[in-house]
This record gives sequence, C-alpha cells and structure tokens, in this order.
Amino acid sequence: MGETLRRTPLFAWHQRSGARLVDFAGWEMPVQFSGVIDEHNAVRTQAGLFDVSHMGELMVTGAGAQDFLQRMTPNDCSKLVDGQAHYSALLEEDGTFIDDLLVYRRGEDRFLLVVNASNCARDLAWLDDHRSADVVLEDQSDSYGLLALQGPRAAEILTDLGPAELADLRYYRFTELDFGFGDSIVSRTGYTGEDGFEVYVPAEHAESLWTALLETGESKGLKPAGLGARDTLRLEAGMLLSGQDMGGDTTPIEVGLDWIVKLKKGDFVGRDALVAQKRGGVKRCMIAFELDGRRPARPGSTIVDEGLEVGRVTSGTWSPSLERPIGLALVETGEERAWTPGEEIEVSVRGKSCHGVVVELPFVRKS
Amino acid sequence: MYPEDRRYSEEHEWLQVEGDLHVLGITQFAQEELGDVVFVELPEVGASVEAGGEIGSIESVKAVAELFSPVDGEIVEINDEIDDAPELVNEDPHGKGWLVKIRVEDASAVDELMDASAYTEFTSGSD
Repeated sequence: MGETLRRTPLFAWHQRSGARLVDFAGWEMPVQFSGVIDEHNAVRTQAGLFDVSHMGELMVTGAGAQDFLQRMTPNDCSKLVDGQAHYSALLEEDGTFIDDLLVYRRGEDRFLLVVNASNCARDLAWLDDHRSADVVLEDQSDSYGLLALQGPRAAEILTDLGPAELADLRYYRFTELDFGFGDSIVSRTGYTGEDGFEVYVPAEHAESLWTALLETGESKGLKPAGLGARDTLRLEAGMLLSGQDMGGDTTPIEVGLDWIVKLKKGDFVGRDALVAQKRGGVKRCMIAFELDGRRPARPGSTIVDEGLEVGRVTSGTWSPSLERPIGLALVETGEERAWTPGEEIEVSVRGKSCHGVVVELPFVRKS
Repeated sequence: MYPEDRRYSEEHEWLQVEGDLHVLGITQFAQEELGDVVFVELPEVGASVEAGGEIGSIESVKAVAELFSPVDGEIVEINDEIDDAPELVNEDPHGKGWLVKIRVEDASAVDELMDASAYTEFTSGSD
C-alpha cells in the first residue's frame, strides 16, 4: 500500500466500532460489522445502514446543463422533472462503459451526478473535456457524506428523525431539506433491492446523522452494514457493479441495460456504436445463474460449453437469501446459443466443474 | 485467548493431540479474517498429506482460502458435521469447528510449530 487511503467522515466511528476495514477503490471502507450474512438478513427483514460516502457527487449547473447531460449520457434527461432521478451511464464514443451513475434533476439547470468512487476522477476529467462554456462542473464529493438506509423498516426509521412526508417519497424521487443535519438531499433509491433511502448529508453532520439513525433504529432491528453485505444484496437484486460486471470493453446492450439507452432522444456520445450493435446483434450477453452445491463461483471463473470456454463470471457469491451460489456471467451468444432461463450450464470454479442453471433476474424480489 | 493445549501454524491452523492422532482446525484469527464460512472442502479419509500440501479449501461469502497440512501424515477422519453446518467454523473454530484428524508421521514436526503465545505474537503484527 504505497498510497494513503482516503477516509469517509465516518471513519473514526467505524474504527471505534471494530468494523473490519478494507481498501476499496482507494478508500478505507468497512467491509463488515457484525458479519456479512447477519447484516444482509437485517436489510432483507428489517433495516441496515451503509456508509457509502466514497461515492462521488458532481454538480452540473448552468444554462447548458441539460443539453450537456443529454449529450453525455444515454438515458433521456429531458424526461426528468425537478426532484426526480434516473439511472444512466457515461460511455465512450465506441459505446463502452466509462461508468454507471445516477442523474438527479435539482432544477431546470441544476443536476447532481452520483458516480462510483473508483471512476470519479476519470468521470470528472471526461466531463470537463466535453463541457461547453455554459456548463459549470463542480466536484463536491468531499462536501457530502452519503448514508444508505435500506430495508422494509427504512421509512419508519427515517421518519422518526425527519418529517412524516418522507415516507411518501416515490421510488427514484428526492427532496432537499434540513431535518436537523444541515442541507441534505433524501432520495428513495438504493442498491439492495429493498425499499430505502439515500441521504446526502453535509460531511460535518454525517456522523451525527449516522449515530442518530442507529439509535432510533435499534429497536427496529437496524444494524450498521458494510460493503460485503452491500455486494450480496445488490447481486441478489440483479444490480450490476461498475468495473466488474461492466466497464472496459462492454456496452449497455451487452450487459442487458438496453433500458437506459434511449436512441430516439437524439445524438449522444456512443450512440452510433450502440445503433450498429442493436442492428447487428450482440456477440456477448449477460446471464444470471444459480449453482448446485455450496461452492460459490468467483469473478474470473469460466463458463464451459462442450469443453470450450464460452464466457466468464463477472460477479459471483453465496446468496444468503437463497442459500446457494449465484452469479452473473458475460457469455458468447448467437442464434445457436440463446441462454434461456432454465438451460443448464457448466461453470469451472478453480478447476472444478460445477453444474448450474440459467435464471432470470432478479435472483431475489423485494420482501 | 489461544488454547495452550495445541500448536499453531503460520497458515493459521491448529493441531491438537488426541490419542495417537492430531486434530486440525483453523484459528479464531483465520475465521475472523474469512468471515461467514459457507463451504468447506475436505480431503478423503485415507488420503496421504504432506507438509505444505493443499488438503482442501474454505469458502466464505466474500473470499476463498486454501487449507494446507502443516505436517506429513494420513487423513483418518473428517468432520462430517461441517458439510451441513459450515458455520461451526465461525462459531467454534477451536472446538466443534474442527476439520480433520491426521495420523502424523513424525510427531516432532508438530513441536516445531508455534505455541499459543508465539502464535498470539505472530497474529498481532499482521492485522
């Protein structure tokens, strides 16, 4: 470890709590508190609280902000209303991923982009290179802590601290308010497949919000949760991880994210390549699978078909909810190989052949 | 914290004498590092093992670790309960979470492993 790891505003709390800390994308982050399975089950049945302050917050403002984002992302920003967010991406000209992100419309010419920690610097440079004079781009990542309160009891817990109306917030809607922890943004979003909220809170108030939520939520089963549970939860929910499931040389069409590609909205970076891919068909696609037995396939395990390697696992773990190994794989596809749900597959896991079956996403539906 | 009645390897395993056999398991330190164990692959009964050789693997939710034999010998028993209850490795690594019993070829090889205080010191620097 040559480089100094970055720390979130909650680092001191994590350290005091005895959380297991790991290097994640250059950040010293809690991977687990009480244990991955325990935290996972808390989120599925009650609630969990995640520190995801490592995520990047980029403010895009100015008269040209919306046109700029329309050009830089494949989803249709003109469909967003104030107080609404959507999932989108940054793509290269050849249609391959730079990153995935959330776009929040705060006003006609004010947007917030939430990007992955691992790609934040690259995203910022890419956006800056393409921006016109009427667009202002600001990296406010250090100003915000980001807390994800997730689980069926999340609304109950949050409204203990904030106004009751927060419970009425619709999915992928957000509101800006100060409920005692400075000017915050509260959105009905998450990365677990459960109901929940993400709260962008001024960094200096992050710890007091964190401890206040844990205190009020304790009697409702709320537990602090780490990146380990975040990964098992998001995978069960069929959500992709940038830099692992996509990135490098994959496009949204290949990984099954066609729904964020709005070809009719007009030109955007990567559009020509994606149009060609839609017309010509993809040579690879993303599949979801479950395995027999208990041995999880890890990223890098291979999918084997009649002795030939036809794909690789991009995410794989033990599913605490299903109590069996699950995973995603990028596989060769064509007319002769459709990978329909129910089809049997063979995965080579560290030299051992494991039998499995192709399934539909998500692996687990909301409780 | 580590029981005095056994020896410890640098691969975070323990060996404890039981009659003319040695019981092998992973240490508290190792189970904490791994987190929730979901699958343990153990060798066949009757398999001969050598010091430093791989005898199985332990899979947790987030990682996989190989299991090495600290000594030469023969596997004479495996813990059948682990198959259905791999969480025993987390819950009781020095007891019910034992993994295999080995007939050790040369018992003096066991004495060369670390005792409890040496192992405690060994792990205190590596966390």
